[in-house]
Amino acid sequence: MAVPGLRNIADARQRLMASPESQAAWAALDCGFAVVADVFDECLSAAGQVLTAAEMPEYLAAARTIGKLGRGPEPLLAFLEHWPDVARQVPQALALPALMAAIRSLQKSPNAPAVTPLLQTLAAVIGQLRSADGLADYLRIALELADRTSGSIHGHQITEPSPALPEFFRSAPQLLAIVPLAGVRQWMLQGIRLTAQHPAQQRDYFALRTPESRRLLERERSGTLFADVERRLSLGLHALWADDSLLVPYSTAFAGHRQQPYLAADGLRLPDVLTDRPGSSGLARYRLMLAHMAGHRRWSQPLIADNWSPMQRLAVEALEDARIDCLLLRLYPGLTASLLAAHPQPLPGSCDAACENTLRHRLTRLSRACIDPAGTDPDPLIDEFAGRFRHCLADGAASTRAVAEIALAYAARSRLPSDQYARVHFADTEIDYRDDNRHLWIHLEAGDEEESFEPPPSAAASEPDGLPPRHYPEWDEAAQTWRPDWVAVYEALHPPANAADIDALLARHAPLARRLKRLLDLLKPQERVRIRHQENGSELDLDVAVRAWTDWRSGHLPDPRIQVSHRTAGRDISVLLLIDLSQSLNATLPGGQQSILDTAREAVALLAWAIDELGDACAIAGFHSNTRHEVRYHHIKGFSEAWGDPVKARLAGVSAGWSTRMGAALRHAGRMLSVRRSEKRILLVLTDGEPADIDVSDPDYLLADARKAVGELAGSGIDSFCLSLDPGADAYVGRIFGRQWRILDRIERLPEQLPMVYLNLTR
Amino acid sequence: MNDVAHFAVCREPFYQPQGKEIELYEAAYAARLPVMLKGPTGCGKSRFVEYMAWKLGRPLISVACNEDMTAADLVGRYLLDANGTRWQDGPLTVAARLGAICYLDEIVEARQDTLVVIHPLTDHRRMLPLDKKGEQVAAHPDFQLVISYNPGYQSLVKDLKQSTKQRFAAFQFDYPAPALESGIVCAETGIARELADQLVDFAQAGRRLKGHGLDEGISTRLVVYAASLIVRGVSPADACRMAMIRPITDDIDVIDSLDHAIAAIFG
Ligand SMILES: Nc1ncnc2c1ncn2[C@@H]1O[C@H](COP(=O)(O)OP(=O)(O)O)[C@@H](O)[C@H]1O
Ligand SMILES: [Mg+2]
Repeated sequence: MAVPGLRNIADARQRLMASPESQAAWAALDCGFAVVADVFDECLSAAGQVLTAAEMPEYLAAARTIGKLGRGPEPLLAFLEHWPDVARQVPQALALPALMAAIRSLQKSPNAPAVTPLLQTLAAVIGQLRSADGLADYLRIALELADRTSGSIHGHQITEPSPALPEFFRSAPQLLAIVPLAGVRQWMLQGIRLTAQHPAQQRDYFALRTPESRRLLERERSGTLFADVERRLSLGLHALWADDSLLVPYSTAFAGHRQQPYLAADGLRLPDVLTDRPGSSGLARYRLMLAHMAGHRRWSQPLIADNWSPMQRLAVEALEDARIDCLLLRLYPGLTASLLAAHPQPLPGSCDAACENTLRHRLTRLSRACIDPAGTDPDPLIDEFAGRFRHCLADGAASTRAVAEIALAYAARSRLPSDQYARVHFADTEIDYRDDNRHLWIHLEAGDEEESFEPPPSAAASEPDGLPPRHYPEWDEAAQTWRPDWVAVYEALHPPANAADIDALLARHAPLARRLKRLLDLLKPQERVRIRHQENGSELDLDVAVRAWTDWRSGHLPDPRIQVSHRTAGRDISVLLLIDLSQSLNATLPGGQQSILDTAREAVALLAWAIDELGDACAIAGFHSNTRHEVRYHHIKGFSEAWGDPVKARLAGVSAGWSTRMGAALRHAGRMLSVRRSEKRILLVLTDGEPADIDVSDPDYLLADARKAVGELAGSGIDSFCLSLDPGADAYVGRIFGRQWRILDRIERLPEQLPMVYLNLTR
Repeated sequence: MNDVAHFAVCREPFYQPQGKEIELYEAAYAARLPVMLKGPTGCGKSRFVEYMAWKLGRPLISVACNEDMTAADLVGRYLLDANGTRWQDGPLTVAARLGAICYLDEIVEARQDTLVVIHPLTDHRRMLPLDKKGEQVAAHPDFQLVISYNPGYQSLVKDLKQSTKQRFAAFQFDYPAPALESGIVCAETGIARELADQLVDFAQAGRRLKGHGLDEGISTRLVVYAASLIVRGVSPADACRMAMIRPITDDIDVIDSLDHAIAAIFG
């Protein structure tokens, strides 16, 4: 810093400070950075306002240590600038030792550079942490992260800095504004697990740059999550309001401003989470939001916005909202308590009309006086207008117009000079169950439209066939949590090839088919089964009756069960055959040229024919995967499709490639089966190996997820059964399918075995 | 035992008409057309038949159909007694001989092959062949067959065959309009009108969930049940839960939403 006319002082230690005290402090700091010298006087006086004289030495000692970390002037600048803010909220005697301990610990590791972002965001996070304990926990979490994400060789020598830590400190203010510390720690642990070994991914995760990271963070939020109550909300909307609108959540975690619910063309928009407040649970407020918006739909008529000032519109909205609330309470009086609990009650005299704009405050009080059956307000004008409002609604629903007039009159009568001030008194004026009333206004002049809150349509994810994927969660066994919407499943009809190929295959197996046919005929549902020895049957069983008759005549007690009845014995089965189409099926059988896939195709053709003969409902599908972003689910035969040429053509076209992400495919197949009404619903999985995918290194992960999927299916009444072509499958297949599996290791005999296994399974 | 008096409807049943169904039924009876009453369970179909039997002065024989029912259960069978075997007429045969109205309730519950026995009675022949006995019963001129049928029934397999459906004149029933339903509930139980209105409001809310978690709406019968509990001192909320929610669903989200509706309606 060259100051004209002064000799450039090379070492800032020689700088002159404003007062003897600050000169002494500067000397104690023993700091050579000119940029620090430039601001030192100012920082010291800010610190002097917060710290006692007794606390000063400790403060300066800490600053001196930070200045000598060897990381340039930034850490010290950050400390000097922010410490007063920190010390204002947490006593220095508690906060500083914890901070310095953390800094020393980082300084001893390759993570020393992270001290700078730590100090830079400390003031921003302290407001959320609020206590010394909170600060200590925060620092503990950071050190845990440092510990678990720094590279080490053979477990003892830490050599690589954590890619995550600096990003974590930078994100910390945002994190803590959204979730409590406990949630931050959960989110951190998940991040470590998900991104281990990938420094770039890790950086992105902890910088909140990836969707997973945001989603997982959102899951850690406290309060009532929309996702958890969505079904109840939409059922409630149906039941009470006969309204089947779609409910769509908007994210509140990353939105810059507080947003109210709103009515959109494609449904009702609600916040993704609501915090519970004393006397007003999140769920109760969600329900009020729906009731209020449904009420608008039922009773509000739009008004032309152009001729009114923003102030007037504010007044009209307040009274129209109050009208809607009154009408909905009239219809559902049981909501009174929760609605009054959610409506703020601004205290008279809590603001100063001389220096701030109190219109919102007055309107909120008016609204309260209108809706509260016991409500009066000390302000006679508010009381008068609440009376006019009640009178207007006394016999009937009144109208938007009618209350708008009252609102305009009130705005005019209560008008104050300060209503023009930009400084608005906001406290206790936000009525969060009310929507933003965008539906209430028609704007005649183009360009007068209020800014739309509609988020821009998200860039459509790359969709291989233009079909939107369906997302499924995946189970993370090690962490015992779900990874939400983790896997994208694309479904499509399998492209067809030549149906005649399948007929040729079947012809080749004609002798086998004949043998099967005999078995099938035995298994086919018999039209009528006789049930003998019934007391109340449909007809007399002559043989038995004659015997009873003779007994009777010869003085013995006859058996009264001399009737016979008939019953149709039916098979009521839906089966879905799910074929693993991963790359490994292209391998050829030892000693032949036929691939496993070709053999499987023959076997499936025979099985499909056999099931068709039996009359069971059958669907066939194939699957494979190329990372979690692309699981393909190919429909080969639908339940309602006949075993005919289109199906055969698809089966003929089946080819193999990629990997085996089994859980997602099981879940998707389960969805198809779950809508079947059959007594027995069976998912048969034909596979040649264990679950695997190229984006997963832990072999147990996908296996555990597949087991979880099988469990879910069992829970919804679907039996899964695995037919494995892998002779070594004993090692793992039971961990997925329990006892429901069989190994078909003589693949060349598959065409014979597969139908037989099915018949035995369903006999 | 099998005499007309045994099956007579002696006291006038309370029936609240929903529309022109009484006149229309009288016309159908005059023409001796078999009648099908369609509509959800518990909406007043059985009550209507009872009322019409009383009004027309005909005996009424009702049969609740079920899956185990056989043709013999309708037509009759041989029983064993001290002198050998003895034929006993089934309810359908009794009705055909006596000239009663025979009401087969919830007919889809019966298996399709059982139902073909009604065919000869429902066309111009108006006869009932008793194959086992080798007798042809010609239906009494006053005999009429009435069936009730709930098309919303959850099962795809449980539906009437076209060949059966095409033999009937049909009446479509539904839950009565709110004011009527509330009147019915009052008349049946003596509950106060205002409470009856609230019960009906709640039933309406529940009915809107049909297809959204409920297979069937809340029937008038259940509303009457709830009201009769309230009359005996049960609180409205408990009565609704006990008579109108628990019987129809185990889905916790639905239960929770309906609990909320109770709170909103009864306060
Ligand atoms: N129109 C009506 N008039 C009188 N009572 C009715 C009427 N509709 C329904 N109910 C009441 O509902 C109950 C059930 O009706 P019910 O005829 O048994 O139904 P369904 O035969 O349609 O299953 C009756 O016991 C009666 O209390
Ligand atoms: Mg509003």
